[in-house]
Amino acid sequence: MSQSTTVPPVSNPGQTTDPGLTAIRPRKRRKDSGGHGEDAGAPAPLWVKIAITLLCLLWIIPVFGLAITSLRDRTDAAAAGWWSIFTGPSQLSRLTVENYVQLFQQTDMARAFVNSLAITLPATIIPILIAAFAAYAFTFMEFPFRNFLLVFIVALLVVPNQVAFAPILNIYGQFSLNGQFAAAWLAHIGFGMALATYLIRNYMATLPREIIESAKIDGATHFQTFWKLIVPMSTPALASFAIFQFLWVWNDLLVALIFIGPGENQPLTVSLVSLLGQQGQGDQLLTAGAFFTMVLPILVFLSLQRYFVRGLTAGSVKG
Amino acid sequence: MTITILNAIIAVVCGVAGAVVLFYVLNKLTELLPSKPQELIKPYVFILPAFAALGLFLVYPFFQTLVYSFANADSTAFIGLENYTRLLSSPNFQTTLFNTFLWILIVPTFSIVFGLLIATLADRLRPTGEKVSKTLIFLPLAISAVGSVAIFRLIYNAVPATQNQTGLLNAIWVALGNEPVAFLQTPDFKLNSFLLMVILVWTQAGFAMVLLSAAIKGVPTDTLEAARIDGAGEGKIFFSIVIPQIRATLITVFITVLIGVLKTFDVVYVATNGGFGTNIIALNFYQALYVQRDAGAAAAIVVILMLVIVPFLIYQIRQFRAEEAAR
Repeated sequence: MSQSTTVPPVSNPGQTTDPGLTAIRPRKRRKDSGGHGEDAGAPAPLWVKIAITLLCLLWIIPVFGLAITSLRDRTDAAAAGWWSIFTGPSQLSRLTVENYVQLFQQTDMARAFVNSLAITLPATIIPILIAAFAAYAFTFMEFPFRNFLLVFIVALLVVPNQVAFAPILNIYGQFSLNGQFAAAWLAHIGFGMALATYLIRNYMATLPREIIESAKIDGATHFQTFWKLIVPMSTPALASFAIFQFLWVWNDLLVALIFIGPGENQPLTVSLVSLLGQQGQGDQLLTAGAFFTMVLPILVFLSLQRYFVRGLTAGSVKG
Repeated sequence: MTITILNAIIAVVCGVAGAVVLFYVLNKLTELLPSKPQELIKPYVFILPAFAALGLFLVYPFFQTLVYSFANADSTAFIGLENYTRLLSSPNFQTTLFNTFLWILIVPTFSIVFGLLIATLADRLRPTGEKVSKTLIFLPLAISAVGSVAIFRLIYNAVPATQNQTGLLNAIWVALGNEPVAFLQTPDFKLNSFLLMVILVWTQAGFAMVLLSAAIKGVPTDTLEAARIDGAGEGKIFFSIVIPQIRATLITVFITVLIGVLKTFDVVYVATNGGFGTNIIALNFYQALYVQRDAGAAAAIVVILMLVIVPFLIYQIRQFRAEEAAR
């Protein structure tokens, strides 16, 4: 399985807007990634373009609707749907950021944003190192029960984390951890560990074994080999898990509700749920708040999409 | 707020430094041993922290949950199989199970259908068009379930017929001369459940598309060329060459999405809280644990959830073994 052929060329749009570049790139990419259009240079048939444009519109219109609504005055939003900005030009000039101003004045969204960061960053970064050590042992060391333990990790990949809540709540209760950030950190470290180890190990298994053999001959210990050789070479896998875990923790509601709950430590998802609960008078805050919770993950996602895709496809698709 | 930020930074630094120091100390300790036992122990030292985390947060709780499932609401006395018999004989739980069955069948299927459709079509576009279209379809994966529900409220929303409809679906429906429908409150033919599934398909199709697109690009061009020379149409090529070649990926995607769906509780929790006949097993667990405060029933629900997952777990292990053998 080779990395390069399993990576679909999805990346940040807008990188290649230069028409000269796009004219050259098709043939080059086709050769690289083994795609199969009718003919490398020929444009796609019109029906393909129409079909995919319709699908893309279908997918993006809901987000667009939310973005527009979040910029509309409360009475405007209640009087007519967001699409009325296309029918009545006066509506367009009435767009305002007032909802966002109100959001930060009247709700605790700003604080929740900081809480979300405080929960997500440690819960993303800490498991990577722990998983990388385990992945190294599984890839480059021989030991009894190795395959059994590896299969055990694969099995744990599908175990629903619901099994953990009641027992862990009891343990946390004894240490007064419930409601603290640490409660969410530890839980996310535990729940993400199987995927982290699995993803990173799959990537390390594609690294050439001769490297570690020669490092051993040069007298390097496993600890040195890990730090100086394997970690730098595994950066794509580490980055891909980091993005995966970041999105997962940032967007998580269940762990946050159970281990942190509503209160001064609540993350954005919990705040947004409480806004959704008070329907009617707070509708303009809801749309602005919902859009606000999405900004950071969408930015992270768009800028690091290439790594994310690579991590998803490594190990699950034969190259 | 500054304190919270500082706190987080300290946690990151301490967590990472702590892990480094932990591994360093463990490593030094094993190096004190003579080289023979050292070689034997070192791998276990490297995997120890990972397995400690897995043991504490998945393995131990699994067995504890199994025990709780045979105990009463506050886990003070054993009541045998009562939690299970009570659940399985309750019409509400039967609806929940049936809904869950629909979810794990429909969401993965439609995610794959749309993912495959988009991957196939985008493969024929020029690179820029392919990138842009794939990014747009993939984007909802970055949006939380709570955010998705907030987005789809602007589509499913209903207001009295005397006012302008602010929900897109009702606006179209009313423009066609009908009365507005409160879609998420309509359990007829599982309409509301299906509309909630649409939300999850919307987020998961991009995931399916990425994996399937990689697989489609892996189909050898020679085979396709040969089929074209023999006069096979595009449809025939797709169904009798491409589909069989990407079969393994199709199954992987189906199972991955299916397991994701089984664990998902937030879409239904936020949209209807399981009302109007939309409950699913993962949400039912949360309600048992938090609303009814019945640890026994909650544990029994998790065990039932686990039982549903076991066949897929076995398949996953088999698949992994086969991949390892081919490595």
